[in-house]
Amino acid sequence: MAAAQDSYLKLLSNPLARELAGRLKLPRPAVLRRYRPGDPLLPGPVLVLGAGDSAGTLASALLDWGLDVRRHATPGERIGGIVAVLDDVAEPGDLAAPALALGACLRQLAPGGRIVTVSRPAAASAGAAAAPAAAAARQGVDGLLRSVARELRAGATGNGILLDDGVDATAPGVLGALRFLLSGRSAYVDGQFLLVGPGTGTVPADPDRPVAGRAAVVTGAARGIGAAIAEVLRRDGALVTVVDVPAAGEQLAAVANRIGATALQLDITRPEAGARILEHAAGRHGRLDIVVHNAGITRDKLLANMDADRWNAVLEVNLAAQLRMNEAFLASDLLGPAPRIVCLASTSGIAGNRGQTNYAASKAGVIGMVRASAPVLAGRGGAINAVAPGFIETDMTARMPPAAREAARRLLPSLQQGGLPVDVAEAVAFLASDAADGINGQTLRVCGQSLVGA
Amino acid sequence: MTATPESPTPKSAPQPAPAAETRPVRSAVVIGGNRIPFARAHGAYAGASNQDMLTAALDGLVARFGLQDERIGEVAAGAVLKHSRDFNLTREAVLGSALSPETPVYDLQQACATGLETVIGLANKIKLGQIDSAIAGGVDSTSDAPIAVSEGLRSVLLELGRARSPKQKLAALARLRPKDLAPEAPSTAEPRTGLSMGEHQALTTAAWKITREAQDELALASHANLAAAYGRGFFDDLITPYRGLVKDGNLRPDTSLEKLAKLQPVFGKTLGEEATMTAGNSTPLTDGASAVLLGSEDFARRNDLPMLARVVDAEAAAVDFVHGKEGLLMAPAYAVPRLLERNGLRLSDFDFVEIHEAFAGTVLCHLAAWESEEFCRNKLGLDSPLGSVDRARLNVTGSSLAAGHPFAATGGRIVATVAKLLHEQAAAEGRRGRGLVSVCAAGGQGVAAILEAC
Repeated sequence: MAAAQDSYLKLLSNPLARELAGRLKLPRPAVLRRYRPGDPLLPGPVLVLGAGDSAGTLASALLDWGLDVRRHATPGERIGGIVAVLDDVAEPGDLAAPALALGACLRQLAPGGRIVTVSRPAAASAGAAAAPAAAAARQGVDGLLRSVARELRAGATGNGILLDDGVDATAPGVLGALRFLLSGRSAYVDGQFLLVGPGTGTVPADPDRPVAGRAAVVTGAARGIGAAIAEVLRRDGALVTVVDVPAAGEQLAAVANRIGATALQLDITRPEAGARILEHAAGRHGRLDIVVHNAGITRDKLLANMDADRWNAVLEVNLAAQLRMNEAFLASDLLGPAPRIVCLASTSGIAGNRGQTNYAASKAGVIGMVRASAPVLAGRGGAINAVAPGFIETDMTARMPPAAREAARRLLPSLQQGGLPVDVAEAVAFLASDAADGINGQTLRVCGQSLVGA
Repeated sequence: MTATPESPTPKSAPQPAPAAETRPVRSAVVIGGNRIPFARAHGAYAGASNQDMLTAALDGLVARFGLQDERIGEVAAGAVLKHSRDFNLTREAVLGSALSPETPVYDLQQACATGLETVIGLANKIKLGQIDSAIAGGVDSTSDAPIAVSEGLRSVLLELGRARSPKQKLAALARLRPKDLAPEAPSTAEPRTGLSMGEHQALTTAAWKITREAQDELALASHANLAAAYGRGFFDDLITPYRGLVKDGNLRPDTSLEKLAKLQPVFGKTLGEEATMTAGNSTPLTDGASAVLLGSEDFARRNDLPMLARVVDAEAAAVDFVHGKEGLLMAPAYAVPRLLERNGLRLSDFDFVEIHEAFAGTVLCHLAAWESEEFCRNKLGLDSPLGSVDRARLNVTGSSLAAGHPFAATGGRIVATVAKLLHEQAAAEGRRGRGLVSVCAAGGQGVAAILEAC
């Protein structure tokens, strides 16, 4: 699907080239463990570390999934994933034991293995702040996880789940997030935290088809990331409508026919765009359950050379159109009972990027819009979140200057490679499903733990 | 078409049809349409065959309505300029499309009325309960036109095939003359008169004393109306781009009466009167394809598909142009009154009148004929003129002068357009409007049809 290609990564599939790269101290990126339906969740047993009650209940929950669960590492045995339950740290001294226990078994982590910490945020989204010592210990998990993630090799990743006030370690949303982070669906998510708040308690009936029967719309779906999102949602059971500008209709039709979706040619900046999408989804599927605002454009220029047309076009497509459409969706009774909206942000909107003031402003705006819209969606039993891709191999990044592209791929992310459109799509599909129960108003980076925006 | 199993709205199974003799005639509705933008000959589609273009039109329709792998009741389409290898053109296009390969198909040819006649024939089958769904279409390429060997060469080659001895073979070859080696390209000349279609229309235009100005005004209106329809997104769900062409290649949004007035006449230069027909008020040779999705109301409801308009009735006519009794392209002038009489309607009962613009003169001659007491009395046997067509209802989103005219594809373009216009009007004004479609064809033929909003 990705038209763009990482030829260095391809070269390293040759063992000789791989060894040579090692001797020359060149980066040796791994082929990431990506989700394929039917594959086991992990490439080996899962080790649950932690002394508190939560570790025990979480281990039982994982047993219920049919996983091979260990509470202690067996020396020399490959481990598929490590769940470090740290929700009970109360002062900085509490970090030593679990950190060292984690360290002791790191070398046993299989290629494509996973580390997931489960802890509490230093400051909950509402309510009283934690005591300074507790906040320090909790915030310490952040540094611990982000650093251990940088030490992992062979496509292994480390991510964290933060339990908001009143959320326990086996809440449906926590288990949903844990399954996502352990699975191949999170291949290019690295060094990130997901905050799980109180949700509705809904879980997907079938974890392999978490959006079965949901009516979904994906904008900007004629190619690249949008096409991948549509394909993954369809694979996961959704009834998909793909949207793109009429000029991209030929590619859009090809995507629709390849994955089994309906094509809607529509310029999302038209004032009636929201109504047209509602009319189409409701006409074909009775309602609209999932919206993925993926359509976006770049018109890069240094700010000193920026003109109004470039600025306005980017802000209009990437931000204003989303705001207008959301307004139309939320005002309509055709929106399903638990609507989920996922917006595409960008690491440029978090860290900034030279030559992209307009794009970064629009994408940062998306992050703000998502945060502010969360309570409205929660009130309807739904959620709105964003995904911020880092360097993804697409036609868009294929046009970058070669040196900048190679740096973005190789030097900046822990995983030493760019992501694929499907990596973003998996994160979007997760946030579009009930598996993400209780996750609302957040922005999840899919960047291979790039320094940019880290 | 089968219901999607995971659809949120349960769909009922098709009703078992009663035996043929007790089956009531039911409605056939236009569900939607799709065409590729029409390209000027030897332009964007110079490298595309009829099969390529028809497949593209079908695939766009499949994508729009999510018909992937569906078995449609029957598909009928055709081309006017057809290679001998394309004896199963439509079947081959369906096999190359995203439709189920179990979809039965037939080819049809009625010159420029091919597209409209496929709609009528298939609608009739739906009305009789023989099929539940259908796709009507048409395609033509003047860029990829078949070029035949001369009759002399053909005769020699056939004899050569029959020859057994070397002597017989030599005898066959000895009949070959240099002039036999010149290829024969198809032309729009009528076999029985040797006159091109344009020269025929020039005779009729002159006979009805249609002025150059009136023809240019009609051409200008066609371009202006087509451009305005594009501007409001009217074609977003009627056209799918193809081979980089996004809009009809012949459209000149910035043309003017002044520009049109500067063009030199191309037809009727030997009539002894002032020639009035130019490249601006005649349709250019064009490449393109169109498809219309038809179904019973039950089929549309069962599959959550829109119902735009009913195909009410149709009438074909033919005139004796060979002996000069009538103009070559005037047959619809006879078909329409017969159709109106059978349905108890007047011209003023139609909200939209679509008269195919083979030439501006063709349309204007028809309007003049229906307003002429003499014509209506002597030729149609009516007591009074048939009436006038309100110009504000004529070809309101442009017609062939602006869009171009790939012969067999024009009927599908018009039917989908008028069905959408009727549907839009019904939604806006809450009333069931009527549309009249009239298409002239080579050989002195013409076909007319009535559509009514659902």
